Amino acid sequence: MLTFVVLCVVFAFFGLILGYASIRFKVDGDPLADKIDALLPQTQCGQCLYPGCRPYAEAIANGKADINQCPPGGEEGVKALADLLGLEAKPLDPELGSEKPHRVAVIDEKKCIGCTLCIQACPVDAILGAQKLMHTVIASECTGCDLCLPPCPVDCIMMEAL
Amino acid sequence: MFGLWNFDGGIHLPTHKAESSLAPMQVAELPKELIYPLMMRNGEKAKPLVSTGEQVRRGQSVVGADGWMNPPLHAATSGKVRGIEQRLWPHPSGLVGDCIVIDVDGDDESVEFQGTANYASIQPGELLDKIHAAGIVGLGGAAFPTAVKLNPQPYAIDTLLLNGAECEPYITCDDSLLRHFPHEVLGGAKLLMHILGVNRCLLAVGEDMPDAIIVLEKAQSEGEYGNIHIIPVPAIYPTGGEKQLIKVLTGREVPAHGIPAGIGVICQNVATAAAIHKAITTGEPLISRIVTITGRGVLHPQNLLARIGTPIAELVEHCGGYTDSVQRLIMGGPMMGFALPADDLPITKATNCILVAGQGEVIHDKQAMPCIRCGACATACPVSLLPQQLYWHARADKLDRLMEYHLPDCIECGCCDIVCPSHIPLVQYFRSAKSKVAAKERERLKADNARLRYEARQARKEREKLEKAESARRKKESLARATEIPKGMGKV
Amino acid sequence: MTPRHDRRFQYCHPSMKDYLLILVGTILVNNFVMVKFLGLCPFMGVSRKVETALGMGLATIFVLTLSSVSSYLVETHLLVPLGLEYLRIISFIVVIAVIVQFTEMLVYKTSPLLYQVLGIFLPLITTNCAVLGVALLNVQARHGLIESFLYGFGAAVGFALVLVLFAAVRERVDVADIPTPFKGNAIALITAGLISMAFMGFSGLVKG
Repeated sequence: MLTFVVLCVVFAFFGLILGYASIRFKVDGDPLADKIDALLPQTQCGQCLYPGCRPYAEAIANGKADINQCPPGGEEGVKALADLLGLEAKPLDPELGSEKPHRVAVIDEKKCIGCTLCIQACPVDAILGAQKLMHTVIASECTGCDLCLPPCPVDCIMMEAL
Repeated sequence: MFGLWNFDGGIHLPTHKAESSLAPMQVAELPKELIYPLMMRNGEKAKPLVSTGEQVRRGQSVVGADGWMNPPLHAATSGKVRGIEQRLWPHPSGLVGDCIVIDVDGDDESVEFQGTANYASIQPGELLDKIHAAGIVGLGGAAFPTAVKLNPQPYAIDTLLLNGAECEPYITCDDSLLRHFPHEVLGGAKLLMHILGVNRCLLAVGEDMPDAIIVLEKAQSEGEYGNIHIIPVPAIYPTGGEKQLIKVLTGREVPAHGIPAGIGVICQNVATAAAIHKAITTGEPLISRIVTITGRGVLHPQNLLARIGTPIAELVEHCGGYTDSVQRLIMGGPMMGFALPADDLPITKATNCILVAGQGEVIHDKQAMPCIRCGACATACPVSLLPQQLYWHARADKLDRLMEYHLPDCIECGCCDIVCPSHIPLVQYFRSAKSKVAAKERERLKADNARLRYEARQARKEREKLEKAESARRKKESLARATEIPKGMGKV
Repeated sequence: MTPRHDRRFQYCHPSMKDYLLILVGTILVNNFVMVKFLGLCPFMGVSRKVETALGMGLATIFVLTLSSVSSYLVETHLLVPLGLEYLRIISFIVVIAVIVQFTEMLVYKTSPLLYQVLGIFLPLITTNCAVLGVALLNVQARHGLIESFLYGFGAAVGFALVLVLFAAVRERVDVADIPTPFKGNAIALITAGLISMAFMGFSGLVKG
């Protein structure tokens, strides 16, 4: 009986310490996801099955996603993530795509109809244009994510290697 | 007696200088064609100022300046522009690119040059403009734009160093210059002291060039050159490296991410000083330089005062042509030069030597063997790096560890390469690792930029959504107010 | 008569020399990893990078020192007066678990990256046999408060020292030309064995 009471008291005391510590040492934000995001190529293409690079970074930080899901980052990217997190580097997941050489989008101006659908699709606003006016891709800002190709109704966008 | 300091590492190399320095220096005859690669410092293409069929004169600008980092290029003699042709560039990459090709007419007609001997009254800023307009770059091999280097704001400079150490084997062009044009060099030193506002100049001359020292000292006694100390420096490779020379002459060390100006020193090659003197006093831009043609593969090794843009084949012809044992053509010296695939490439402002290597002279066929971790490379490194660690990490592509071991500080001198008992081509590994690091840095900047644009776009979309909701709410409110039955109207 | 009251086992007050001997003994001569072979799991698991090894070493120093002192206090002021020595192992484990939880929160606050990199090995400090071993060995050797503190501190410093050394060696071994059958953990264990042999050379440094 004495044992039981003593143990209860002692463990309750420990519990109080832990409870206080969990409030005192609360962390805001997700600093680990920031570090992971800094290593991703920022193409915002969605090939990793997440809606952008930041959600993928957060998923890796929470242990929900593997590090080999980013084709634009390539083997180098997987290696960098592995180095950061102290994990084994593994080959890219072949189902999600393969590493392609860096390409930029080019709009065929003869076919463009000025519908602005590609402008709305581009995650980094790399397409210049307006309704019924010629659209053009700012090559230095294009990350090669391919997201502008599906919306184009006249299929006038091509990906060209630099 | 001027006391000298030491730097760690370095190696004694057989100098092979007598072959070319004992022969008298000659002036190369006018070439049949001049080739000017349209290659800018950052790797981009330069824009030519002349077009096909245009007649150019000696000293006329054929490539304009593109900011301070890309000084203009001038035609070395008169002729007609044959065109802009695709030719091999004299670059380690071996790439092909646009070059201005000029058919020389032999008249050597020049534009009007305007120089002044009375430069003491001219402001340093104006003198720098003239140096930039004359297209002067560092003639020690790196070809850094001189006008930029001589403008070291915000650092205060107290010492001018002139580099006549010429520590790399086979090369004797600076030796030749000092023996034949000592007044140009000393005059250049005086000019530089005026531009920089310093009153102390240390002129380093390699110990293995005693004739040059005698000639310089005699010339110094003949003229009024100010406070110039002529100092023999040991013939250890790479004493002539800028940072190593600064340590030897002043005892100061250039910090890891710094420049010599940061510790109050500016270092210039003696040939650059002579070119500056020529440009200011006579007005002639940089169109010629002394080049050493040497090696067992050429019949008569010697120094030639050659026009910039001359094809190498013509220079070799002047020296008697190739011998039977010729094996390889190298632009530069045996340590820091690079091999050329053909001899119709031109010499550039940066070319100090054409080494026509004979059989087994500079090249060996030894296979690279595994690293035995002997540490001889670390003992030899003049920058006190750990080439062995850099090698292992470069092989494993561990870029963060490479940066930790100070890869950017490697001057690619080749000391570690030479002493390695396993004949591992260390400098090659470091060069490729440096380009990988640079590529990664570029990608990181690009990715950061893309992230900023993406986040800005998300923020804009959020803002648009909020504004839409706000205007919808306001519309609803005003609509509700409009259809409200006003007070006091009573029931209808 | 219980050993405690037997004059033959009378407790001599320890001097500075004894404290120094405890430190040297735990750090070098009887190194917990290399000589006693305790704590091998985090030793092999966290030694791939020097930065992580250092982080783990510091975390273990914090945990081990605190738990060594806390378990001494629990033993002398709680278990022995109430005659609950049979609950020793359970209470020590609880003390260690609480301290590890506390350390986890501290690590997450100071360096979330280290927290993520250490991964499962941070809570596994609870089951690190070296931690429980120190606590129990303190009881067996009848250490006082300061001796317990130094014993725990020394053991942890020895652990951290060997961990960092091994991580540095392992980093270099990983980029070297290792034959394929030996790559990874195989060569790591062989290396650890060689370091262990080297540490055996310290025996005889401290007599007894």
